Amino acid sequence: MKLSLLAALAMGLVAAPAIAADSVGAGILKSQCISCHAIVKPDNTSLDRLWERKGPDLYYAGSKFNRPWLEKWLQNPVRIRPAGELYTKHIKGGDKEDVVDESTMASHMKLSKADAEAAAEALMALTGPADLLSKGAFKGEKVSMSMGAMFFNKLRGCAACHQAKPGTGGSSGPELYTAGERLQPDYIYSYIKNPQAIDPHIWMPTLNLAEPDLQRLTGYILQLSASEGK
Amino acid sequence: MKMNFGQRVPAFLQAGLLVASSFVFSGPASADEPYTQGALRNYNTYCVQCHGVNRNGRGINSRDMSVQPRDHSDAKGMGDIPNEEIFHVIKDGGLAVNKSVLMPAWGNVMNDEEIKELVAYLRFVCNCGSGK
Repeated sequence: MKLSLLAALAMGLVAAPAIAADSVGAGILKSQCISCHAIVKPDNTSLDRLWERKGPDLYYAGSKFNRPWLEKWLQNPVRIRPAGELYTKHIKGGDKEDVVDESTMASHMKLSKADAEAAAEALMALTGPADLLSKGAFKGEKVSMSMGAMFFNKLRGCAACHQAKPGTGGSSGPELYTAGERLQPDYIYSYIKNPQAIDPHIWMPTLNLAEPDLQRLTGYILQLSASEGK
Repeated sequence: MKMNFGQRVPAFLQAGLLVASSFVFSGPASADEPYTQGALRNYNTYCVQCHGVNRNGRGINSRDMSVQPRDHSDAKGMGDIPNEEIFHVIKDGGLAVNKSVLMPAWGNVMNDEEIKELVAYLRFVCNCGSGK
């Protein structure tokens, strides 16, 4: 009897977080995230709205992020966009080139382990519109890092705005040395293919890249995490 | 000249708020205001990342770029480029005119009308005439 009671209790304890996490996580999103992030697809997708929003949209977070990364990052947020969002609001003229105006940059809130796990679970449930991504588009082939770097840096110019290594490259786009850990492969592929289709009016150009380029750059960015970011 | 231009920049950067409130204008370009608020907003969204808050080619991304972005405040350099070529470069990218790949094509982000308005805005920034 005692044992079965303990077992039942144990089962209850195991099951409880899963049930509670749903509501706790959704509650965290509603109470702490929506002042800066859209968790429902906004009706207004104008350029003005892009200027007004305080953080990236999260209504498709479940199609964008990897859950382990979310859980880790929410407990210890590290800046992803060197010049913030929207970068124009956070830069100023410098002695040589423009610099980040640190006085305008706010730190992202930190969550406890339990809250981060609950929020991550709720975020992963937000998959966005069914046609948002080209699902299964990335073929998963390994890419030569030297070839990938040549395309990323020179031939397609990605490094103008993105950092493939900490501190090297552009600052108006998110750093990509943790992108493989952070982002799902099909999201990377789809975003490179047509950024505005996912994030209307975003300041990344749509380059009409051919399929081999999309595969190569997606693979390279995924592999960066393992090779460059540690 | 450059100093004077630099002092005008904060007005640009207020992204139309200051300009719009003083001109109360959002329609097509006129002699009083030779560019549209849409062009200003587009410049501040897409161009500033490389061409800079001072429009001098020293944007936040320019530090590590192998080819430096064009200085839009350079009346001579900009004055040598016809409007058609500026339009072509914005729409189709640097490679389309044998220039750097680092200038991407914006034709999928801005339509032809918006790009035309941006060309007019660039003429205002460089203070270098029509380029004809």
